[in-house]
Amino acid sequence: MAKRDGTSEPSELLRELVAHLRQNRTQLREEWVVRISETRLLTAMTKEEIFAEATSVYDSYVEALETEAFEALQAYARNLSERIIPRGVETHEVVGIVLLLRDVLARSLFAKYQNDFKKLNRILDAYEPAANRIANTVAVGFVQERERVIRQQQEAIRELSTPVLQVRERLLILPIIGVIDPQRARQLTEQLLRGIRTNRAKVVVIDITGVAAMDVTVANHLVQTVEASRLLGATVIVTGLSPEIAQTLVTIGVDLGKMNTVGDLQGGIEQAEKLLGYKVATPVER
Amino acid sequence: MEVPILKQGAVLIATFQAALSDADLNQLRMGLVQQVVKFRSRAVIVDVTAMDVMDSFASRTLREIAHMIRLRGAETVIVGIQPEVAFAMVQLGLTLEGVATALDLEEGLAYLNEKFKTTN
Repeated sequence: MAKRDGTSEPSELLRELVAHLRQNRTQLREEWVVRISETRLLTAMTKEEIFAEATSVYDSYVEALETEAFEALQAYARNLSERIIPRGVETHEVVGIVLLLRDVLARSLFAKYQNDFKKLNRILDAYEPAANRIANTVAVGFVQERERVIRQQQEAIRELSTPVLQVRERLLILPIIGVIDPQRARQLTEQLLRGIRTNRAKVVVIDITGVAAMDVTVANHLVQTVEASRLLGATVIVTGLSPEIAQTLVTIGVDLGKMNTVGDLQGGIEQAEKLLGYKVATPVER
Repeated sequence: MEVPILKQGAVLIATFQAALSDADLNQLRMGLVQQVVKFRSRAVIVDVTAMDVMDSFASRTLREIAHMIRLRGAETVIVGIQPEVAFAMVQLGLTLEGVATALDLEEGLAYLNEKFKTTN
C-alpha cells in the first residue's frame, strides 16, 4: 500500500472511501446489477435473486474494505458458492461479477475525485490492492467450493465403483465402467484379487466395454492385474477393448501371450465356460 | 528353519513357513531337485500360503526351482500366493512366467490330477 506523499494514511483514505460507498449504496448497487445483466452474467438466476445477492455481496465487499478482515468475506464467498454452484453458475461468472463491481466502484471514485487528481491517485492506491484481494478471495472461495464438490462426487463414484460378481461356480465378472485413474485401478485390483481368493475363482472376465480410453499407467496396471491373477491360479479374459485401448496396449508393447482377450462380454463368458468345462446346449440341440 | 518335503503319491509337497532365510531357500532347492528324481516324482507342489511378504530372492528361487524341476523331468505348481504378495511380485516384475500356479494345495492337486489323467 503506497504512502507516496505521506499526507494521509491509507487507512484514513479507506475510511473515506468506505463512507463514500455507503452513501451511494443504492445507486452503485443499481448500476452494478444493470452491468451484470448487460454482460449476461448469472443467467441461471432471476432478476430478483441477482438483486438480493448483489445487495449482500455489496455489503460484504464494503465491509471487507473497511475492516480489511477477509475471514468474514471468505465465509460469505463459500456460503454463496454453496448456494449457486448447484444452480449451474460458472467460475467465469462469479469472477466476472466481482470484477464488474470493482470497476463500477472505481468509476464512481473517478467521478467523485475528478477535480483532484492527486487525491484520486492516493485513493486508488488504497482501493486497488484491497479490491484485488477481495476479488481474489471470492474467486478462490468459489473454486475451492467447486473442488470440494468435485472431490465429494469422485468419492461417491468410487464408492459405487466396481462389483466383483460371481456368475457361475468359479467364474467371476468384473465389469468396469467409466474413467479409471491410477487410484481406482489399484482399488479394482485389490478387490479382484481378494474376490478370486474368497470365491475360489478359476476364470475371471474383466469387461472394459464401458471404458473409452485409458492412459499408459492404467493400461500397465491392467496387465499387472492379469499377471497377478495368474499367480493366484486364475485365468483372466479381458473383453470389450475399445480401439483406443487396443492402441494403448500395443504402444506399451503388451506380451499378447499373457493377455487373453475376446471381443465382447458374451464371447468372454462363453470362452470362460469352455475353460471351466461347461457345455451350453441350445434348445434346438436338446 | 528347514522346509519339510512330503511325499504324496507321485507328488512332492514343500510347505513354506513364514520366515525363511536365504540359506533355507537354497537348501530347499537342492532338496527338491535331488528328491524329485530319487522318488521318481512327476510333480512338485510348493505351498507359499504362509508367506505374507515375498522378497526378490524368494521369488527368484521359486522360479529357479520350477525350471530346475522341469529339467529333471517333472512339473512344479506354486500354490497359495496371497493377493497382496501376487501384486507386489508383479510390480517387481517377478511374474513366474512358465510356472503353473494354483489358488491352494487342493487346487494344485486337482490341477495335477487333471493333467496326469490326460497325459496317461
